Amino acid sequence: MDYAIQTDHLTKTFGNFTAVNAISFEVAPGEIFGFLGANGAGKTTALKMLTGLLKPSSGQAWVAGIDVTRKPEHVKRRIGYMSQKFSLYEDLTVRENIRLYGGIYGLKRTDIKSKTTTLLEKLQLEPYADQLVVGLPLGWRQKLAFSVALLHEPRIVFLDEPTSGVDPLTRRQFWDLIYEAAHTGVTLMVTTHYMDEAEYCNRVSIMVDGKIEALDTPRNMKKAFAATDMDEVFRKLARQA
Amino acid sequence: MNRFFAFVLKEFRHIYRDPRTMLILFGMPVVQVLLFGFVLTNEVKDANIAILDPSKDVASIRLTNKLVSSGYFRVAANLQSPEQLEPAFRKGSIKLALIFPSDFGHTLDHEGTAKIQLIGDASDPNTATTLINYANAIILNFQQEYAQSSLGVQQAQTPLILAETRMRYNPEEKAVFNFVPGVMTLILMLVSAMMTSITLAREKELGTMEILLVSPLKPLQIVLGKTAPYLALSFLNAALVVLIGMMVFGMPMRGSFLLLGFECFLYMFVALSLGILISTRAQTQMAALFVSALSLMMPTIVLSGFLFPRESMPVFLQAVGTAFPATWFIPIIKGVMIKGVGLSYLWKETLVLVGMAVVFIGVSVRNFKSRLE
Repeated sequence: MDYAIQTDHLTKTFGNFTAVNAISFEVAPGEIFGFLGANGAGKTTALKMLTGLLKPSSGQAWVAGIDVTRKPEHVKRRIGYMSQKFSLYEDLTVRENIRLYGGIYGLKRTDIKSKTTTLLEKLQLEPYADQLVVGLPLGWRQKLAFSVALLHEPRIVFLDEPTSGVDPLTRRQFWDLIYEAAHTGVTLMVTTHYMDEAEYCNRVSIMVDGKIEALDTPRNMKKAFAATDMDEVFRKLARQA
Repeated sequence: MNRFFAFVLKEFRHIYRDPRTMLILFGMPVVQVLLFGFVLTNEVKDANIAILDPSKDVASIRLTNKLVSSGYFRVAANLQSPEQLEPAFRKGSIKLALIFPSDFGHTLDHEGTAKIQLIGDASDPNTATTLINYANAIILNFQQEYAQSSLGVQQAQTPLILAETRMRYNPEEKAVFNFVPGVMTLILMLVSAMMTSITLAREKELGTMEILLVSPLKPLQIVLGKTAPYLALSFLNAALVVLIGMMVFGMPMRGSFLLLGFECFLYMFVALSLGILISTRAQTQMAALFVSALSLMMPTIVLSGFLFPRESMPVFLQAVGTAFPATWFIPIIKGVMIKGVGLSYLWKETLVLVGMAVVFIGVSVRNFKSRLE
């Protein structure tokens, strides 16, 4: 089987500090893969290696079948990325942001136009198309940012705490978008702080001090730790460490 | 290319939507040139002048009175012979001398034209130039009055007074118009280095830099795309400063515009690479601002010869000054604009700037890449 993401003892050290310690896992196409861990557990570093931003110290990683260490530029064309910090430019309008990302990813002008129309319609943002993004509520911005990350039809999308600071209702709507994308075969790798969101994932990995301490479906994980919810799993795991 | 264009377009939008950036880009150059220009050229109230007037006729006395009544000049000495001119200047008691020919009124009335000589003390070139400009303006005004008054014989046209100006002690006008090249150097450094370092730091601060790095845009494209608009605007600024210098302050332009443009471009490129270098280190806009202001602006103002002549600096500071691009750029502008010399005279300075450009851009690209290791 061709995995969407595959790592083999992926490691990153900064001097004496090992941020990511020989992690190995596979993510299947169309899977929603939760990437959990406390602050400083190494999630962001791992994500940076998978997106070609950081070179691994040792080990290997393949994203969309491409060796990240050798051809990071090829990986970049095939992935989408949305970060915890806001990914859109506030002083550009909704339409200009869409056009910018379309342009950066090398889409044709006609494609950008038609995609903009569909996207605005889908998010019901038509009335705000020519307003600066700074005026949009946070939840709308996040949905827009996610849709923009999907604009060039990537096979894999990395979401780095996409819902932080968003109200529960909007978070739920955001997850609807994630499911929708997964249904079309897009693989999603999501980091999050919200343990209720971990339940929405197909499978979840929990990182502690640079290592993956647990990796399973949320249901199996709860069973294994005799916990009622993912929050309890997380706390029990953290206590062990 | 399409990618790059989309990216550059975005940067232009950032610039024109931010009033503060626009103010720095276009308000500051104008204010600075005018401010420095006037501050460095004022103090022309009651300037001491000497008059040498062998003709002592109605026209010459009226012109003298008109100069004095303007409030800018005060007659400190009435000279009897040209020999007294030199000691008067040497003593420093006069800033300007006005010399009439012995037949001033006569030739003005009968031939419709007369010559006078204005001699300025160019050891203080800014003041001398201003005084001469003022005197010329008053003389021009006098001509028209003189024509209208009944004193003159029937005149078909306004009589012409040809004022010939001379600079004493400093005939090549070394250090004249010091401020236009200086301000230009400062502004270009400010816009090219400081603004680029801030705009790059802003992407980092907002987290959008990550998005860009994850995109298929190459690091070099990101840097170029972010700096290209500033390069274009800097160029516009340079033109603006030169224009104000020429129109408002009578700065000469004796050399080639093409060469001036090329040298400006080179200097801006050096400044841009410095800005990029700073941004590879600075994580926030504030840090970028402080580092650029301290490490670039101060030396540009103090050590480059803009405000203080480099000749009078201690050798150590002169040596430190050579490390900054401004020190090399100021002689270039002065050379092209005031002396009208070409590349054959300025090759050394130009070569130093080229060298700096290569070194700085090399180091900053390496730094930018190593961030990703």
